[in-house]
Amino acid sequence: MKHKRRFLTMKGRKYLTGFMFVSPFVIGFICFFLYPFIQSIVFSFNQLEITSTGYVLHYVGFANYHNLLFVHPNFRIAYVDTLIQMLSRVPAILIFSFFAANMLNQKFRGRTLARVVFFLPVIMGAQAVLALQSTDHMQKAMSYSKIGAELGMFSGSELRNYLLELQLPEGLLNYVFNAADSVPQIINSSGIPILIILAALQSIPSSIFEAASIEGATRWECFWKITFPMILPMIMASVVYTIVESFTSPYNQLVNLIKTTTWQGSGFGVSAAMSWFYFMTIAVVLAVVMCIMSKSSQSQS
Amino acid sequence: MRKHVRLSKVLAGCGSLFRTVMIVGIGFVILYPLLVQISSAFMAPGDLNDPTVHWIPKHTTLDNFGKAVEVLKYDRAVRNTLLLSLTVSLVQLISCTFIGYGFARYKFPGSRLLFGLVLLTLIVPPQMIMVPLFLNFRFFNLFGLLGNGINLLGSFWPYLMMGITGTGIKNALFIYITRQYFAGMSESLEEAAYIDGAGSIRTFFKVMLPNAVPVLVVVFLFSFVWVWNDMFYAQMFLTGTDNLALAIADLPLLTRYLYGDHERNTLIHNAATLLYIAPMLLLYTVLQRFFIESVEKTGLVG
Repeated sequence: MKHKRRFLTMKGRKYLTGFMFVSPFVIGFICFFLYPFIQSIVFSFNQLEITSTGYVLHYVGFANYHNLLFVHPNFRIAYVDTLIQMLSRVPAILIFSFFAANMLNQKFRGRTLARVVFFLPVIMGAQAVLALQSTDHMQKAMSYSKIGAELGMFSGSELRNYLLELQLPEGLLNYVFNAADSVPQIINSSGIPILIILAALQSIPSSIFEAASIEGATRWECFWKITFPMILPMIMASVVYTIVESFTSPYNQLVNLIKTTTWQGSGFGVSAAMSWFYFMTIAVVLAVVMCIMSKSSQSQS
Repeated sequence: MRKHVRLSKVLAGCGSLFRTVMIVGIGFVILYPLLVQISSAFMAPGDLNDPTVHWIPKHTTLDNFGKAVEVLKYDRAVRNTLLLSLTVSLVQLISCTFIGYGFARYKFPGSRLLFGLVLLTLIVPPQMIMVPLFLNFRFFNLFGLLGNGINLLGSFWPYLMMGITGTGIKNALFIYITRQYFAGMSESLEEAAYIDGAGSIRTFFKVMLPNAVPVLVVVFLFSFVWVWNDMFYAQMFLTGTDNLALAIADLPLLTRYLYGDHERNTLIHNAATLLYIAPMLLLYTVLQRFFIESVEKTGLVG
């Protein structure tokens, strides 16, 4: 026994301790991630039937995929809508959080209060509450739209009519008004990106700025030559976070469709196929984004 | 030269004015729904359609809150949800600190790959493994070791098992945060402990943990808030139990059945929402200083 113990070198012991620390994740990954992950591939090629003691699978080949791509009435629409919405919203969220983080990083009176308010959406973003509000808004819009408009935000229908009378192009107006409508949503989903970028801003040592200002750099130059390159890695982190968040958020149309298909619609097999199709899209988008970003960061340095 | 100084002063003034306008405006957008909810939660049904009523209700009433408490079964639900959030976030805190420390300080063959897998769990939408997870916990049998399987739904077990193994709600993010924090700590601390004869476990508990309190608080707060706000896992694991998020989700159906008319329901919904977010708001106002400061100080950044 003693001999065996000496057999393990210092390095080997270190490997073992490290693995011991990480081992809970290894177990969890296998049981609660990898196993269900593989199961969901299997489910997507099967029809699933629940019995009293478990479930039975009937192999159907690619029928589920065929179903969602060519038969299912809503999937294609929801898929395209979700992608478009993500492509338009993610840049807006990022620009806004970058801007807000820079603002919150400056010194001014009431800064603490401003930060408290800006991070409030992180605390209050309960899915249940937002779902409840949207049902209320819908009922309001249906039953008494006049008062609903007063209570709702930015529903500037009168302004819109006025601008239409001025012969402005309708497509442009729709775009602007849609953007204005999604302002609250953009602000509410910027909490974590703001946190990430703000923390990055704070981690830049002030001595660099002092040196630069002694050399005669203006604030504008400082921003683009020092601040921006230094927080670039964290901007990338928040890009990835925002994309993932918008893909997996429960207000996302496709995510909701997957959920309703699972519990009420055409069954577990089709919903598994849907989520696989969806995940593949996420993987492609993330791969493309990461590729572009790593290229651009290389050219920066 | 003098002109220059004056110009730059004017510019700075414009800048700060612009900043103030932006901050007040954005703050308004964030706070507006909350303010509407607070004001209308105290209204009597007639006030909602009364064009002369703005913000301050004419007939102040606590009736909405009473009805909301009743429909939500608030006392039981809030106790259950509090217990759930507390235990789950504690368990997640413990496991994520361990795992994050392991990734930060020990390089072993495959550790980079494993950390990549941690990030993978972050980007795979939970909806994807929802059905298999649900079935596995419905007929829980540990890969066939327990015979026919036990139904674990409706208990805290799924949460605890996923929490202790670092695969629960947003746990990959917590592992990432703690790893970054520990990686940023100086290694000489540990070396000193090793030279003094402490083993790796003892070093972790006596030297590293006391120095990591800020990041522990952040992880605890985040995970508490996320469990409290979560509806996805609650719908999967806790259907049929008294859970606040589920009660809120069922509210529209229940109130339509019980009371019928839209106006009163909207008011009750607002009161219920306030009851739901009140504990979080309270926690946040008490701890906000600590929260914001510690987020800045901890290496949420690499």
